[in-house]
Amino acid sequence: MASNKAQKIHKPGASDRGPIFSRLIQFILLVALDIGTVWFLIKLADLGYFPLAAAVLIIAIFVNVVLLRKKAYPIRWMLVGLVFMGLFTIYPIVFTVWVAFTNYGESHLITKQQAIDQILNLTYLPETGKAYSWTAFKSSGGEYALWLKDADGNGYLVKPGEPLSQPQPGEASVGALDGQGIPESIEGYQRLNGILAATDKNLMSIKFGEEGKTIQIRSPMEAAELQPLYQYDAEQDAMINQETGTVYKNLRGMFTSSAGQELRPGFVASIKWTNFRDFFISPALRGPIVRLVTWNFGFAFFSLLLNFSLGLAIAILYNDPDFPLKKLIRSLLIIPYTVPALITILIWRGMLNPDIGVVSRVLESLFGWSPPWFTDQWWAKIAILLVNLWLSYPYFMLICSGALQSIPDEIYAAAKVDGASPWQTFWKITLPLLLVAVGPLLIASFTFNFNNFNLIYLFNAGGPPMAGTPTPAGHTDILISYVYNLAFSGSRGVNYGFASAITIIIFLIVGTITLIQFRFTRMWEKVGENV
Amino acid sequence: MSEPISIQPPRKSMRKQRRRSIIVRWIIAIFLIFFSIFPVLWVVSASLNPTGTLATQQLIPNNPGFGNYRELLNLDQFPFWKWLWNSIKVSSITSVLSLAITTVAAYAFSRFRFRGRQTMLKGILLINVFPGVLALVATFLMVSQIGDVFTFLGLDNHASLIMVYLGGAMGVNIWLMKGFLDTIPRDIDESAMVEGASDWQIFTRLILPLLRPILIVILILNYIGTYGDFVLARVLLRSNENYTLMVGLQIFAGAQFSQRWGVFAAGALMGALPIMIIYLALQDQIVGGLTQGAVKG
Repeated sequence: MASNKAQKIHKPGASDRGPIFSRLIQFILLVALDIGTVWFLIKLADLGYFPLAAAVLIIAIFVNVVLLRKKAYPIRWMLVGLVFMGLFTIYPIVFTVWVAFTNYGESHLITKQQAIDQILNLTYLPETGKAYSWTAFKSSGGEYALWLKDADGNGYLVKPGEPLSQPQPGEASVGALDGQGIPESIEGYQRLNGILAATDKNLMSIKFGEEGKTIQIRSPMEAAELQPLYQYDAEQDAMINQETGTVYKNLRGMFTSSAGQELRPGFVASIKWTNFRDFFISPALRGPIVRLVTWNFGFAFFSLLLNFSLGLAIAILYNDPDFPLKKLIRSLLIIPYTVPALITILIWRGMLNPDIGVVSRVLESLFGWSPPWFTDQWWAKIAILLVNLWLSYPYFMLICSGALQSIPDEIYAAAKVDGASPWQTFWKITLPLLLVAVGPLLIASFTFNFNNFNLIYLFNAGGPPMAGTPTPAGHTDILISYVYNLAFSGSRGVNYGFASAITIIIFLIVGTITLIQFRFTRMWEKVGENV
Repeated sequence: MSEPISIQPPRKSMRKQRRRSIIVRWIIAIFLIFFSIFPVLWVVSASLNPTGTLATQQLIPNNPGFGNYRELLNLDQFPFWKWLWNSIKVSSITSVLSLAITTVAAYAFSRFRFRGRQTMLKGILLINVFPGVLALVATFLMVSQIGDVFTFLGLDNHASLIMVYLGGAMGVNIWLMKGFLDTIPRDIDESAMVEGASDWQIFTRLILPLLRPILIVILILNYIGTYGDFVLARVLLRSNENYTLMVGLQIFAGAQFSQRWGVFAAGALMGALPIMIIYLALQDQIVGGLTQGAVKG
């Protein structure tokens, strides 16, 4: 079965044409795809995006292998899905791991080569050195040209962005030379006299000539070629300032002088375990991070406990097939689940608004006091748990009532015969059997809430803010919302490296919980069979 | 819960007890229903309240009217219709493409036997265990890098957003779909194969029609999930006219929440209504797919 499947090379939609023709078409398409990919790779490499280029290359090779090898026929059916998964799910995970070990972030955004190139492009005007005397020309459109004369009396024409040329009078629209060897006219340009040129504010700052060989006016008498300000010394891995002689050494992705002066831009550099070390032992961060992690676990745990308890209670109360209007009650009770979560959260934010929200107003008129839902850290936490309860108890209600129906009635009959009280029946029979069925879902829900970014971010953006933290953090922030602030808030500079390191730590926590989940699932399956 | 198995006919006191329990449970139900629908009612009322601020709202507004809705649709800096249309567009394209990817891949997993099949199935599950929100930073950087080469696949573009969503198409739904496919007997395919049908013909003409119920469930769950997504769209989209509805509502809420509460409520309601209707109309199928898929996953 397996082998005869694998040998078939039918291609979708091509069955009624000749196999050779259709395979030729396929081959041409594949070649076209490969050419496109190579072009894309070159572009990416040009821009210095090597990790992404590597990922694209690996995926492209995979695609070619799958399409060319007959044995990979079954994989062709899922090729599109695998490509998307590779590029948009697996690659970001791998990339996150890489970034976690770098200082990628504010002022460390480009590759080392790009940074070096940018720094080497900086130029300065030497005090001495080869110089020309100059005469300026200006077009009616405001463009400038310079006529230069070197010490030997040779004349050159130079315009911004164009190479130095040495036209003879009469050619290239240059008119006849006057007594000093300066052309009387250049077509399209007006010759500026000495006073006009000296008072022209633009002229001094214009760089003439092509890139790398630019000429700038140094004084009313002289114009000179600009020199690169820095030279890169590969041996020391340092930049040397040609004007002052200062040495800027590569210090964690930034050329820095011994006096602590930094050469921008910096670049992405490996900083090994620093980000992780900062997370675990940086004294400035320790306080906020311990609080964040504690609340993160507490939030996920109490959410699960509350939501599951309420859902289960409702499921048990109405697990009676003859209960009047059961269907209607269920429909009304799942309404919170049907509203998109974002809308729900924003509505609750309005309802709990102190002073003017409805909940606060009702409590105010009843008790003369209402909790500061957004400004007190404990009340903010309670509010978040409350909103989450509203959001997700219907889900637990649904899965619990499904699971309750799968518990055979004979067990309850037997318990009744043995004289078990309802309370005992619940704790000894219903709950354990229920957990067998919904246990994995509870763990999945725990991991979901552990990363419930939407709720935290939309409700109060992690607020109220903690005081005196080096990076912005709030009392209700969980790790993932803290990561978001680090990476995207930008108020104190983004830090992708540190954000990624925390992401890895969350990965590890969630991964461990998930492994436990798989274990339990298998174990529980066995238990389930015995029942 | 033990009613159906009682052997003796219910005596009079038991029946009385039962009636009392039903009444008590009804009272509890009313409280619960109040808790569950009050916010929705409150928003409906807010959207009809002509004064339109958070502070002045009552449950039953004086002079209710549709002024907020009219205002909502005429706001220049908050193009509500555009947002709604963006959401519908992105969710529709994503859910249809994602369904196609899932179905075809699940068919291969169910019908073909090849080396690495088990490993791949488990691998897909494991990879999707990591919540996408964790890879947010990397996804953002990646899309912005791709955008430096292909602008139309870069930031602030629906195409790239859809592609990132499709990255999750090979996910848990494959298991759900494969489970369903496994229940379709293979005799069907084999007899067709004897007749000379290709795999693709068997898949499209024989299997696909049988899959219709599960296809609809997965399509709708996918649609709802994409429609409600906030964070990816928030990070990848940049300009006002490209926002999806969820992003737009969040921005609106951030900008002028309490003064424009009525307008916000109107927008929230109109955004939520399509999904609520889908849910309530198809609740049995959705709940079935939800619990089944979740328990299996």
